[in-house]
Amino acid sequence: MEVSIKDIIKPENLVYQKSSLLTEKPMHYCPGCTHGVVNRLIAEVIEELGLQQETIGVTPVGCSVLLYNYIDIDWQEAAHGRAPALGTAIKRLLPEKYVFTYQGDGDLAAIGTAETIHACNRGENILMVFINNGIYGMTGGQMAPTTLEGMAASTCPFGRDPERDGNPLSMTEIVATLPGTRYVTRQAAHTAGAVRKLKKALIKGFNNQKENKGTSFIEVVSTCNSGWKMTPVQANEWMVENMFPFYPLGDIKDK
Amino acid sequence: MDNKKDIRLMKGNEAIAEAAIRCGVDGYFGYPITPQSEVMETLMLLKPWETTGMVVLQAESEIASINMVYGGAGCGKKVMTSSSSPGISLMQEGLTYLAGAELPCVVVNVVRGGPGLGTIQPAQSDYFQSVKGGGHGDYKLIVLAPASVQEMADFVELAFDLAFKYRNPALILSDGMIGQMMEKVELKPYRKRWTNEEIKQMHPWATMGKPAERERNIITSVELDPNAFERFNHKLQDKYRKMQEEEVRCEQFNCEDAEYLLVAYGSSARICQKAMELARAKGIKVGLLRPITLFPFPTREIQALLGHVKGILSVELSEGQMVEDVRLTVEGKVKVEHFGRVGGVVHSPEEVVEALERKIIGG
Amino acid sequence: MAKMKGAIVVDMVSCKGCSLCVEACPTQVIGLADEVNAKGYNYAYMVNPEACTGCSNCAMVCPDSCITVYRMRVAEPA
Repeated sequence: MEVSIKDIIKPENLVYQKSSLLTEKPMHYCPGCTHGVVNRLIAEVIEELGLQQETIGVTPVGCSVLLYNYIDIDWQEAAHGRAPALGTAIKRLLPEKYVFTYQGDGDLAAIGTAETIHACNRGENILMVFINNGIYGMTGGQMAPTTLEGMAASTCPFGRDPERDGNPLSMTEIVATLPGTRYVTRQAAHTAGAVRKLKKALIKGFNNQKENKGTSFIEVVSTCNSGWKMTPVQANEWMVENMFPFYPLGDIKDK
Repeated sequence: MDNKKDIRLMKGNEAIAEAAIRCGVDGYFGYPITPQSEVMETLMLLKPWETTGMVVLQAESEIASINMVYGGAGCGKKVMTSSSSPGISLMQEGLTYLAGAELPCVVVNVVRGGPGLGTIQPAQSDYFQSVKGGGHGDYKLIVLAPASVQEMADFVELAFDLAFKYRNPALILSDGMIGQMMEKVELKPYRKRWTNEEIKQMHPWATMGKPAERERNIITSVELDPNAFERFNHKLQDKYRKMQEEEVRCEQFNCEDAEYLLVAYGSSARICQKAMELARAKGIKVGLLRPITLFPFPTREIQALLGHVKGILSVELSEGQMVEDVRLTVEGKVKVEHFGRVGGVVHSPEEVVEALERKIIGG
Repeated sequence: MAKMKGAIVVDMVSCKGCSLCVEACPTQVIGLADEVNAKGYNYAYMVNPEACTGCSNCAMVCPDSCITVYRMRVAEPA
């Protein structure tokens, strides 16, 4: 007997649906943007851990500036690069709460370098999520601190030249050397497998806060297909081929 | 005896620290800079985290400390920082975000001479930066100008009261002289810090974690809809007008019969008190008006004296900043001039009298 | 022997037609519609519903949380 789609689409057969912590507001990100996946995973993790009332998120300046429109928790919007300073104070004043920051590469690894390094070095008991797509998406595709050598951006249209522009910055390896960090990992979200791994990492980043043993830091190597001027699928392929060799995936530190 | 007064001899900077702990401040975030480093040093020595539970943290920069203040203020906590001129310049970004997100906090500026790295000696050359906004956008800080160690202590609580009343940052504009000098100060008794439950009741906008029964709280200054953002800007201006109506504070000495008026705040006001006495001894009818709030500025109070005052000297440790607000207040009705030494040099009472005679009476 | 049969429901209003789900599907169930939604995107739909196993890979990679996944065990005819 053939089973019809109608037979399958029944509440008892439901295996995946949108998190109830995601609001009805459509995300403003471009089609295929990694931000959407990571935003969604954060909502899922907070919902599954039952932490809606216990969590305060800090949003950055950049494409994810309006992230607070999408997840139904309390939020603070930081000035460009300052999210770790906000996170530090929120956690110190409300130590029983779960605090996370969400920042892009320009925010976390350029203008906010000092705040990033010092929050990690103090071992602030927070989770820092770092979206690295090697470009400034919001402002229209300029060179980021993490732009690869030779990679084109609107402020290095002929490719990043280390002699002129300096070298791409591996912030995640840097923070892993600091005694204050507890869990440092680099993940991606381009395949279902990568997404499932990233979700596990995020769960760990939240759960680690119960033990107050230092900062959890999760980099997500991401695409910016609009900025890279590719289709979403091409951008994923380009990322695997070009970004992963320089930004290899995996746990760097877990203590 | 329980009600025994707690009277001490201490520096202005130390008084800030004592007052902060006593009025139930939740967090201080700072970065060392002369001439105000004693604020954080005193807090660290007093270890309030063991008594009141107050958090004290040395940040990596003034940029970080003002943004820690933002984070704490967003949780409805009483948080503050202190610095001196170059550090306060670094905080301007944070201050405009705090004003834009309507967050209450207290910032202390123990002013030193500028521009640039300048000097570590006292000055009043940050007036414009303090009362005109300082960072980008149309906003104001509530600005209090203490003239004694006692006021350094008292204004911490007053600044928090005003900051929370208006959901706006408040600045205590002191200077290196008030910060460093020692005077008698009566310290107020300890007040309990607010509990998280009290904060939730009093400040329903605070991010304390979202319960099912309310909408999520978002602390932000972003608004991309031009019409909505215009309305928000108008709302801020309404708030500043209300401050101008209700919160002006100033002190007047011998103003009733004054033919000439000195306008001075902070350490300059102390010098002008002596100058006024010297001038009165010479038979010149001089009064002194000391603004305590620099924003809101005592416009009405100065205007009320214009029936009998023939000329005004604005005395500041600057090249002439507050004088512009005095001129705007007076609207050309009487002569207004500026006098002040700069670069860390402090004027003497005799110099003030001489300037009054030369620029106002004889001029 | 039993096998897994699945089905997806795509929120065609919020779908942006990025086609990441099309790539992620191991059994080539999903395609992009010729028609566009109100935003002008060629939204995703099940081109080949018979092949769906309900593995959820499409939902995992979807940046706009557009996909709901159902799955049931079906006895195969001997």
